Amino acid sequence: MFAKIQELLEKESSCERTDLPDRVKMKVQDFDLWYDDIQALKSVDMDVEENKVTAIIGPSGCGKSTLIRSLNRMNDTIPSVRTEGKVWLDGYNIYDDVTDCVDIRRKVGMVFQKPNPFPFSIENNVFYGCEVNGMDVDKDKTVERCLKQAAIWDEVKDRLDENALSLSGGQQQRLCIARALATEPEVILMDEPCSALDPIATAKIEDLIDELKKDYTVVIVTHNMQQAARVSDYTAYMYLGELIEFGKTTQIFENPKKKSTEKYITGRFG
Amino acid sequence: MTPDEIRKSYHVELKELKKMVEEMGDLSSRAISKAIDSLVDLDEEKIREVDDLDNKIYAYDRAIEKKSLDLIALQAPVARDLRMIGTCLKIITDLNRIGRYSQDITKVTERMLGKKHMKKLVSIPHMADLTTKMVDMAVDSFVEENEEYQEEIYEKEEMVDALYDEIFREVLTYMMEDKETITMGTQYVLVIRYLERIADHACNIVDRVVYMETGERIEPET
Repeated sequence: MFAKIQELLEKESSCERTDLPDRVKMKVQDFDLWYDDIQALKSVDMDVEENKVTAIIGPSGCGKSTLIRSLNRMNDTIPSVRTEGKVWLDGYNIYDDVTDCVDIRRKVGMVFQKPNPFPFSIENNVFYGCEVNGMDVDKDKTVERCLKQAAIWDEVKDRLDENALSLSGGQQQRLCIARALATEPEVILMDEPCSALDPIATAKIEDLIDELKKDYTVVIVTHNMQQAARVSDYTAYMYLGELIEFGKTTQIFENPKKKSTEKYITGRFG
Repeated sequence: MTPDEIRKSYHVELKELKKMVEEMGDLSSRAISKAIDSLVDLDEEKIREVDDLDNKIYAYDRAIEKKSLDLIALQAPVARDLRMIGTCLKIITDLNRIGRYSQDITKVTERMLGKKHMKKLVSIPHMADLTTKMVDMAVDSFVEENEEYQEEIYEKEEMVDALYDEIFREVLTYMMEDKETITMGTQYVLVIRYLERIADHACNIVDRVVYMETGERIEPET
């Protein structure tokens, strides 16, 4: 254990550092990404504020999912991907060679478009990340805390040993959020978390996002602009791999500065 | 799919909404002119025509409000579209008030029926022309989506204010000279007060157009 801590401390001390402005949890700086020869992200600069919800919107293929996946190095799993630039988390460059990807993904959890619970019991789904990361935590307490935070505890507390696949789509998605919370992340990434859900389940997830930002920093990709308007504090509009406009959500939806943003959000192109 | 084809029916509805405001503006402008004509000619028939116009203006007010709320509820407008709909909801109140002031002018005409003017009316119709022009320009600024009318409208408003002072003093002089003119003189003062208020509503409208176009709000003068 001591050796591991020592190793982590050494890694951390050798990792590239910078001072981020107050309240900035993550900072994307001059970030480019290529899939082979195709450039999917072009010089993206964006600050993610702590305990706020940042929404990324834009037409299909604009790079929003690529950008959110870059925030915890999920794109590393794709062999043809090459990146330039930096993404800072708490002042550390997560793209530094010495950075441990597993550690990054523990701090920056992710929820995907389609709920993807493992074919285990509800409680084992929640606790899975803790086991994999070798976290020394109480299982029952962790499961209860996460299911409560994900606003699904009351619905499943009497059947924690049932298979997670027996839950409805909306419940499965909240279970996946609970699973992401188990490793005590600081940032939660959500890639279109409601696109496979009905309006009631969507409303529950949106309420949940509002609750989660008290304890976590949330970044969400959504195709639903009204959802971005409802849940986020900041909105980033992307087009053809570029971050066209970034600002407070009220400003983006009431008075966007760029014509391209205006055209997209008013439905004049898409 | 070309860009123009996306959300086509929504954009058609926005155009229809704008057209309705334009038509309401036209009715309001005609109501002022007709009301002043009724006063100048002391013509009872024109009073009825203003009543008709005012009823139509009110019907437009209701219809535009309903259409705006329907669009907000069903289409979730944002950005400039949202500011445009917000502007419609605000300026129909101004246009409605303009219709009401026109009707108030015809109430003055009603009280004067069977009498003669103290003298040929010149300044009041001139003030009414300027005021009507301001309303026309304010509505044009909305229709053409051009906030640059604001400067000219404000210049005209200063002229209207100056005319108000001038006419007020003139009428006061007549009333001091001959108390027989007091009854009629106070009616003229009411008319110029209504015209001055209409001019203020025209300024309100163009202020809203500035917001619609730029997203910047005009702070009221203190």
